[in-house]
Amino acid sequence: MRPLVLLLSCAALQCAAEDIPSRPSPLKGGIEFQGEAIRAMQADAFGNPGMLWVDRGAALWKAPAGARKVSCASCHGADGSSMNGVAVRYPSYVASLGGVVDLEQRVNACVTGNQEARAFAWESQELLALTAFIASRSRGMPIVPDPSPDSDATYERGRSIYFQRQGQLNLACTNCHDASWGKRLLSEPISQGHPADWPAYRLEWQAMGSLERRLRACYLGVRAEMPAYGSPDLVALEVYLARRASGVVSNPPGVRR
Amino acid sequence: MILGKIQVPATVKAGEAFEVRVLVQHPMETGFRRDLDGHAIPMHIVDKLSCTFAGREVFRAELGSGMSANPYIAFFATASRSGEIVVEWSDDQGDKGSARATVNVA
Repeated sequence: MRPLVLLLSCAALQCAAEDIPSRPSPLKGGIEFQGEAIRAMQADAFGNPGMLWVDRGAALWKAPAGARKVSCASCHGADGSSMNGVAVRYPSYVASLGGVVDLEQRVNACVTGNQEARAFAWESQELLALTAFIASRSRGMPIVPDPSPDSDATYERGRSIYFQRQGQLNLACTNCHDASWGKRLLSEPISQGHPADWPAYRLEWQAMGSLERRLRACYLGVRAEMPAYGSPDLVALEVYLARRASGVVSNPPGVRR
Repeated sequence: MILGKIQVPATVKAGEAFEVRVLVQHPMETGFRRDLDGHAIPMHIVDKLSCTFAGREVFRAELGSGMSANPYIAFFATASRSGEIVVEWSDDQGDKGSARATVNVA
C-alpha cells in the first residue's frame, strides 16, 4: 500500500508543478525568512506597530463619510467580522467593477461608489489603516486565490512579468524568488516572494506599506522603471503571486526588515 | 491628537515589578532628511513622554531625533495598591496624546 500512496502523491506533486511552473517547495511565507526579533514583533498583538494602523482603521470603519454620510459599518457591520477571510481572496475579479482589483482598489471603489466620498490616495494613512483593519480579519488564514476564470488573463499577464528580465540588473522575479530563495543578498535572506502578511510594517520604511509599495521596491532594487500605483502590471503581478502562494498562511499586519 | 496605547498585566502583585509598555504612532521625522526635490524635511518628533500612577509621576522620558518612528517604550514599575496609570506625550509642534490603564493589585 505504502509505495502506491507515495507514487500517487508524487504524481499529484508533478501535476501541481506543471500547473504552476517553478513554484518553490516547501512554500514558506516571508516571515519565515525573518530573524527571531522580527517574528516576535509580528506575533505580539501589542508591540506589532502595524496594530496602530489596525486600531486607526477600526475607528475609520465606523466614521461616516462622503455625500451620503455612511460609514463602512453602516453596510458591513460594526465589528468588521463580515470581513473575515476577505483580504486573503484579493486581488479578485469583481463583476460590478468589470475587472480584477486588489484590496486597496476595492476599498476605494466602495468609498467613491457607495459613500460618494473622494478616493483615498495610494499609501495614505487612511487607506493603509482601512486595508490593515480589513486584512487583520484574515489573521492566520491561508491565501485563497480568486478561482474565477475572469482573472485568468490577468494571471497570465502577471506570470509573463514575473519571468521577464528587466532593469539595469537584468533580473526577473524568478531569478531571486524561485532560483535563489533561502540564499542571501548581502545581509538579507531572499524570500520566496509570497504576498502573505501584507499590508505590513517595514522597518526600512519606518512605516506601514501596501503590497504594491513592496513590489515597487523590488522594481527599484533591480533598477527597473517602477510602475505607477494601481497600474495593471502591479495588479497582474499580485494576481500571479496570489495563485503561486495558494495555501500560504497570512498574518497581517506583518512586520518586515 | 497623537494616537498611542499602553499595556499593563491584568493583575500584579503588591511591591513586585511589572512591565508597562507604551506604543505611540508618530513619524519621528529626524530633520536630517531631504525629500525627492532636495528640500529639507523639518524635524517632527515626539519629544516628551511622562507617566503618572495614582497622580504621582513615576516615569519621564525626553526623546530625541534618534528614536525610531512609532516609538515603543517599556519600563518596569511597582505598585502597592490598585490605581490608574496614565501616560501622556507631546511633540515639538505642540500636538498631544495620552493613554490610560488600570493596575489591579491582587
